[in-house]
Amino acid sequence: MDFTEDQILRYSRHIILPEVGGKGQAKISTAKVFLVGAGGLGCPVGYFLTAAGVGKIAIIDDDHVELSNLQRQIAHSTKTLGMPKVQSAKETFNALNPEVEIVPLKQRLTKDNILGLISDYDIVVDGSDNFPTRYLVNDACVIAGKPLVSGAILRFEGQVTTILPHQGHCYRCLFEEMPPPGLVPSCQEAGVLGVLPGIVGGLQAMEVLKLIIGQGDVLKETLLIIDALKTTFRKVKVPKNPKCPVCGENPTITELLDYNAAYCSA
Amino acid sequence: MEDIIPNKRIDIRGLHCPYTFVKSKLAIESMNVGEVLEIVLDYPEASVSIPKSMQDHGHKVLKVDKISEKDWLLLIRKEKE
Repeated sequence: MDFTEDQILRYSRHIILPEVGGKGQAKISTAKVFLVGAGGLGCPVGYFLTAAGVGKIAIIDDDHVELSNLQRQIAHSTKTLGMPKVQSAKETFNALNPEVEIVPLKQRLTKDNILGLISDYDIVVDGSDNFPTRYLVNDACVIAGKPLVSGAILRFEGQVTTILPHQGHCYRCLFEEMPPPGLVPSCQEAGVLGVLPGIVGGLQAMEVLKLIIGQGDVLKETLLIIDALKTTFRKVKVPKNPKCPVCGENPTITELLDYNAAYCSA
Repeated sequence: MEDIIPNKRIDIRGLHCPYTFVKSKLAIESMNVGEVLEIVLDYPEASVSIPKSMQDHGHKVLKVDKISEKDWLLLIRKEKE
C-alpha cells in the first residue's frame, strides 16, 4: 500500500514500531470494526481506532446524548446534547481523522438484524450496557465466527476479554446464563467513575489493534479484571467449556433467541 | 572492495527525525531480503540514528559515508522481513 505524505506523518509513530510498520498500518487501514454502543466504552474505543486509522467503523446505538453522559462519554459534548449518539460520535471521530469511514446506525441490535449488520466487519466490539445485548452479541459472534472484544464496567470495576469463537472461550463459557434482572445493578443505579470506561475502552481498542496486526497476545481464554480503587489488574483463566450451550461440542443454542423476552420474564 | 549496486535509492534530504527513519523503513519494507537500499540524507542526527535503528531491526549497515559538506550516503542490506 502506498501512503500519502500526510498518512506517513499521521501514522509515523505506528510505522516506526517493528511490530506494526507500513505493513501493519496497511492492515489497520483496511480493517473493518463493528462497535456495539456509543456510550462510555464505545466512545474511547471508536476514538482510538479512528486515531489509529482503521478503515471503516460502524457504531450502533439508538440513544441521544444527555447531560448525564458527559462525565464519561468523551465523544459527545455540551454542543451535541440531544443529538443521536451515533451522529455525535461520527462528527467527533471524523474531526479527528476524516479518512476513517464511520457508519452511524441509530437503531437497536436485534436477533433479526445482528447477523446481517456484522457480516461485513472483521471484528466486533461490545460496549453495551445491558445483559440481553451482551448475550445477543456473544451468541451472534459465535454463530458467525467473528472475533469479539468484550468490555464491561461498573462503579470502580472493569472487565475485558477477547472471544475468538471456537478457538477459545465465549461469554457463555464464562457466565452461562444471564443474571436475573435486578441482581446486577446498571451504571444508572450504581454509578461509575468517569475515567474507568476510558481505561477499559482503551484496553479494548488495544485488543482490536493487536488482532488486526496479528501481534502479541490477546485476552483469549482470559478475563482481565480491573479494580480501579485498588489499582489492580488481575488475569483470570477462562477455559473453553466443552458443554457450553453455544460454542460447546453439542450446542443447544444454534439460532439467536429473543433475549429481551427471556430477560424480562426471568 | 567491490562496488555495491543498490536495488533502490531514496533521497530524504530536507527531512528531519523521525521522518527520515519512517521513510527509510517504508522503503526497506517494500524490498526483498538481500536487496540493498541507498539513502541520501542531510540531517546530521539521522546519519547516526538510522544505521542504529536499521541494525536494531535486524538489517545490515554496509556503508555510512559523508559524501559532501552536508550529505551522507548510507547503504543498508535487508536481512529479514
